[in-house]
Amino acid sequence: MKFLPDMLRLMVGQPPYEAYLAHMARNHPGATPMTRVEFFRNREQARFGGAGGGKCC
Amino acid sequence: MRHLPWILLAIAGAICLAVLAVSRGEPVNALWIVVAAVSCFLVAYRYYALYIARHVMRLDPARATPAIYRGDGLDYVATDRRVLFGHHFAAIAGAGPLVGPVLAAQMGYLPGTLWIIFGVVLAGAVQDFMVLFISMRRDGKSLGELVRMEMGAIAGTIALVGAFLIMVIILAVLALIVVRALAESPWGMFTVAATIPLALIMGIYTRWIRPGRIGEVSVLGFVGLIAAIVFGQNVAASEVWGPIFTFTPQTLCWILIGYGALASILPVWMLLAPRDYLSTFLKIGAITALAIGIVVMAPELRMPPLTRFVGGGGPAWSGALFPFLFITIACGAVSGFHALIASGTTPKLIATETDATFIGYGAMLMEAFVAIMALVGASILDPGIYFAMNSPAAILGTSPESAAQAVTAMGFPVSADLLTQTARDVGELSIVSRTGGAPTLAVAMAEIFSHIAGGSAMKAFWYHFAILFEALFILTAVDAGTRAGRFMLQDLIGLAVPSFRAGSSWAPGVLATALCVASWGFFLYQGVTDPLGGVNTLWPVFGISNQMLAAIALMLATTVLFRMKRQRYAWVTVIPTVWLLICTLSAGSLKLLSSDPAVGFLAHAAKFGAAIETGQILAPAKSMEEMNAIVFNDRVDAALCAIFLAVVISLLGFTVRTCRAALREDEPTVSESPMQMAAAV
Repeated sequence: MKFLPDMLRLMVGQPPYEAYLAHMARNHPGATPMTRVEFFRNREQARFGGAGGGKCC
Repeated sequence: MRHLPWILLAIAGAICLAVLAVSRGEPVNALWIVVAAVSCFLVAYRYYALYIARHVMRLDPARATPAIYRGDGLDYVATDRRVLFGHHFAAIAGAGPLVGPVLAAQMGYLPGTLWIIFGVVLAGAVQDFMVLFISMRRDGKSLGELVRMEMGAIAGTIALVGAFLIMVIILAVLALIVVRALAESPWGMFTVAATIPLALIMGIYTRWIRPGRIGEVSVLGFVGLIAAIVFGQNVAASEVWGPIFTFTPQTLCWILIGYGALASILPVWMLLAPRDYLSTFLKIGAITALAIGIVVMAPELRMPPLTRFVGGGGPAWSGALFPFLFITIACGAVSGFHALIASGTTPKLIATETDATFIGYGAMLMEAFVAIMALVGASILDPGIYFAMNSPAAILGTSPESAAQAVTAMGFPVSADLLTQTARDVGELSIVSRTGGAPTLAVAMAEIFSHIAGGSAMKAFWYHFAILFEALFILTAVDAGTRAGRFMLQDLIGLAVPSFRAGSSWAPGVLATALCVASWGFFLYQGVTDPLGGVNTLWPVFGISNQMLAAIALMLATTVLFRMKRQRYAWVTVIPTVWLLICTLSAGSLKLLSSDPAVGFLAHAAKFGAAIETGQILAPAKSMEEMNAIVFNDRVDAALCAIFLAVVISLLGFTVRTCRAALREDEPTVSESPMQMAAAV
């Protein structure tokens, strides 16, 4: 059941912040990653701000 | 030996189906349907989905997915398959699988059950799975881009136009369901209205007080919702506040149009995102509770397996079983809209190719299970109540007495007292002609939930809980859909006028939003003022358009199989494509050309047009103005059907051409992204 919190967050369009940090550390070690709050707002905007925000009937 | 449990499961499913098929007259328990469906789904998942994965697609766990080779921690993230399953299921499950089966119950529970089970296994889940596979092999591109890549630019543009029109119809029909559920219902209206200030408070909380704390803010919102439902009873009973929250369908229609326009322009954190949390979690919770409730209560089905409306003439929607049942249950059996989701965020999140089976095929089976539960819900109600709720006021009149008389005359005996008592139990003024499916399902859910918790004293609470749950996620879909429709429109117009694309300035955005809202608002207004209740007219158009999009997605899948030189396996997609083409083309042409005014739009327009010539006013119109409006609406609906037919026929032409071209080649011509080893990335 450890996956449950991640699942509920992804249901509303929020991927795990830790995975993002790991990605940044691995691939862009010099760059400053977004803070947790910036990351949250970035994903919130991405879910509804663009054409990808479709949900089913 | 490892097949033994599956063989036993298949036998169990077959026995349940046999029991359902042969029972006539004696009461049947709803669990037969549930067990039949679940065992069929599990066997199909174990054998058919695996066959498609291994032989048709040849999924390769060593091949890197977009989440691996494009990983950015944002849009492309390799995700645990259980987490992704939840995300995908939450995105595909909406009002469609709840409403369609409720409406389909007018023909009895058997046709709907069989179509959901066989439709999802052979068509719906195959479509979702194939589109997910195709998109996953092409960097997670969207359906429009995929059609363009595989069939050419013109085919891609036609598919985009079709997808936009479908979006418009979906939004109109969803909004119509909300109008039908909330009109003349101060309790329901108050609870739904209360979600707006509640969402604003939640928005402020996540913006400034505790940013990103979704769990906390959702609990806060949930407590607010329950308080709103409880308090709503007092509001409805109050002499001052009751009338303030009582709206006619027309007023409610204008409120929704204004709200839709406003909500799609406001910043997303303010209204849309917080309400999305509430509606998503409430949806998942209510669906789970419904499943548990049905299993614990094990109710008996009171609807007959087949009703006399199989041949046509039903009050909830017109037309005979073939083809109209197969477009009435769209989502749940097969839904073209899922092709947009399966080529949206999900393919960018898959960690390994082989996960696609569980997510693409599995989540759709889950949605079919939701549809089965909705069908069970409608079928455990007294058929007299079902038809009193789902027939138009033009047939029933408005009083319980006239409704009881009309429904009894249909062959489903019911007393006026029972209708009055049921309305009182659920805390409404009347349940006569509450069309649209949502109120019917809410009565059924109140029946099931109150059996588990609270007894009949809690029925009114559970009814309004169910209405709120449906209205909330429909409204979220309307906001999100208006936004998505706006961007689709900007892309489409941008093909001709490049400066119209998103990002250049604010004016095209506002204009595209206005156009999008005006389009669905037009159909909503038409549905609300339609004397036959609107659902009658709009739901078939929605069903045709949704199944047509499914046919397009399956034609794309067929094309891809031919271009991969796997035409030997193309029957997997060709069989459902042919069936959907038969259903949509015949339903579409009947809606367009049938000489029966109850079915054909043009025949209906001709009938009313002829009456206008002689100066007559036909019921249910009350004035010459209404007569003219009916004729105009009929012609618009007919034009829409004609466009849908033209879209699907032209894409069929492109499919045949592309497949024949692929057959002439010796090598695969498919345009997949180059193969990369997962281990190497």
